[in-house]
This record gives sequence, C-alpha cells and structure tokens, in this order.
Amino acid sequence: MSDLWEVFVRPKRGLAHVHVGSLHAADAELALHHARDVYTRRSEGVSIWVVPSVQVTASSPDEQDSFFDPAADKVYRHPSFYEVPDELQI
Amino acid sequence: MTSFESAIAEGARIEPRDAMPEDYRATLIRQIAQHAHSEIIGMQPEGAWITRAPSLRRKAILLAKVQDEAGHGLYLYAAAETLGVARSELYDALLTGRQKYSSIFNYPTLTWADVGTIGWLVDGAAIVNQVPLCRCSYGPYARGMVRICKEESFHQRQGFESLLALSNGTPGQHAMAQDAVNRWWWPSLMMFGPPDTDSPHSARSTAWGIKRFSNDTLRQRFVDMVVPQAEVLGLSLPDPDLRFDEGRGSWDFGPVDFTELREVVAGNGPCNAERLAHRRAAEDDGAWVREAARVHAAKQVRRGAA
Repeated sequence: MSDLWEVFVRPKRGLAHVHVGSLHAADAELALHHARDVYTRRSEGVSIWVVPSVQVTASSPDEQDSFFDPAADKVYRHPSFYEVPDELQI
Repeated sequence: MTSFESAIAEGARIEPRDAMPEDYRATLIRQIAQHAHSEIIGMQPEGAWITRAPSLRRKAILLAKVQDEAGHGLYLYAAAETLGVARSELYDALLTGRQKYSSIFNYPTLTWADVGTIGWLVDGAAIVNQVPLCRCSYGPYARGMVRICKEESFHQRQGFESLLALSNGTPGQHAMAQDAVNRWWWPSLMMFGPPDTDSPHSARSTAWGIKRFSNDTLRQRFVDMVVPQAEVLGLSLPDPDLRFDEGRGSWDFGPVDFTELREVVAGNGPCNAERLAHRRAAEDDGAWVREAARVHAAKQVRRGAA
C-alpha cells in the first residue's frame, strides 16, 4: 500500500473540510496524528480527514473543456436569464 | 499558445496535473526541494540550544519554533511531491549533496544570542524572500508559502524580543548580542543569492512567474527593513558603508563577499559536513521507528483480512 495520504481539515463547525496538503504515514491512525502535528499546530481545525492518495480519482485537466462544456449552454440555469419587471424585487 | 503559456500570461495558477514544460517542472522541483531541505537542516543550528535555553519560557518558544521548521519542511516536501518526485528521492538528493540547502545554515551558533539573531535576521531575510512566493505561479508551492509566511512572523518577533532583552541586559549580554549580529549580518545578506549580474536562471524563473523580484531588489528591501530595527535594538550593523541615500530613499551598503557564498554553497562552510552528518544520523536512527510502524500496519491489515 502506498504511504501517501491527502489531508482535509474542517477549520471550524459550519464549514466544509478543505484539502490542505499531503503526508506520509504507515496507516490511517498515524496519518491522523501526523496531520494534527503538521497541519493544525495553531488550532486551524476541529476535524481532520485523511485519505490514501491512490484512492482519489480526479478529472483530467486535459479534458477540462469537453468535461465541463455541457454546463455552458444552459444559460436558463441562471437567474439573469429571466426578464422580470424592474419593480419586482426578486 | 499552449494552455500553460496562456495560464502564465493571464497570471493564473498552474496546478499539479496540468501540462507544463519539463524545464518548469524541473526548476520547481529543484527550488521547492532546496527550500524544504533548508527548513529541515535549519532545525539544527537553533535545535542545538533547546537544552541550554536560559529559561523555561525561552525553551518552550524555541521548541515550538524548531517544530515549525519541521512543519515547513513537510509542507514543502508535499508540494514538491505533487510534481511527480518521490519523498525518498528528495531525501537521497539532500544526503548525497545533489540538492542544496540555504548557505546560512552552515554557520555555527556559538552563543545563546545567536538564537535571537537568527530569528531576527535569518527569519527576517526568509520572510522578505518568501512573501513574493505566496503569489508564485505553481499552486501547491504558493499555498504552502502562505502557511509558512503566517508562521514566520512569530519566528522573527520572538527573535527580536530575545535579542532586545540581551541588548538591554548586562554589559556582557549586550556584548554577546552585538557579537552575534556582527557574525550573522553578512551571511544574512548572502541569503538572497548571487548578484543580479551573476544569476543566470533568474530571467526564466521571472518569465514563468516563479520569481517576482530580483535577488538585489530583495536584498535592498531587507537592508531597508532591518537598519531601523537595529536602531531600536541598540545594536550596530558591521558595515562602515551603511548610509541613507536621500535620492533613492534607500540605504547604501558595502559589497557582499560573494566568494564566501560560493565557497559555502560548494560545501566549504564551517558546518557543511556536520549538518549533513547530523541529518544522516537522524535518518538512520529513526529507521527502526518507521520500520516498526510499517510492520504494525501490515499486521493490522492481515488481521482485518483474516
């Protein structure tokens, strides 16, 4: 098993976990302890996730355009697509 | 125009899996690795004083600072690894001398005042060097630098406070502080690298958005920042040519001995051999811990599978 882990930290309650970096550890428990020491020395988090780096499946930057294109031609998904009288406050 | 070129032209960030020129990747690996090695080797000069700190307060502060240096090294190794190089390769390159670390850490810490002086001058110079890197074109490096810069300001302030206490202390303490500043001043100026006229890769790094300001520009910025601080400390800087140029609005300073910088980078500084030997010993002495952790993890997996 690869020993590289990706680390995600929740900065405070009410916010989502955010990727902060990676580290090496022999298992998940050690990864959590190392993550605490490396990434939260100044109370930067209230919760940590560690995920083996090999488990992350990512979209490819080369296919970024074709992958995300379908969203571009659906302007009716945006509120600005709709014309309403000016006096209407919505 | 390639996607890389247009991203650089727009000032957008390059991210790990983006296409990038091989030279850009190699330059970043070299620079980030050298930076990471500097943080790790940089634990040694100050670490040597943890057991000899003059009070529990100073000891706790120094311990936290040296732990931060380890953390900074780890953020940077993680950033380098996103470029496709393995951690073990980086460690190996450091220990075999294929990759360098900052020349400043090859000078000895002779007295307690050296610890405060390193915080003030060396971390001060590091901040001047590092703040522009927070806007570096490579995303993971820039993000790591943001974290590092936040923590470095504690380092510089604790150094200043410690040095101020010595400067305002007994005549003996004041003399010790002045001696440390005298020894660290010129090596601190060397931290900005060779002069612009002798910095062959600078133009390319600037075009790529890795480097934002030239070595000499940053060196001048550091001098302008530190001269008034020395006055507050009540300590002098060992340069008879220091004088304020009204026209430039900057401090003129004497010539830096770049021959010394070249010698130290080439491995002939006072502590080069000692620093690498210490690092190698730490690596060897810790091997059984890493091995035990691996064996334990493998055993847990086997038991889980059974």
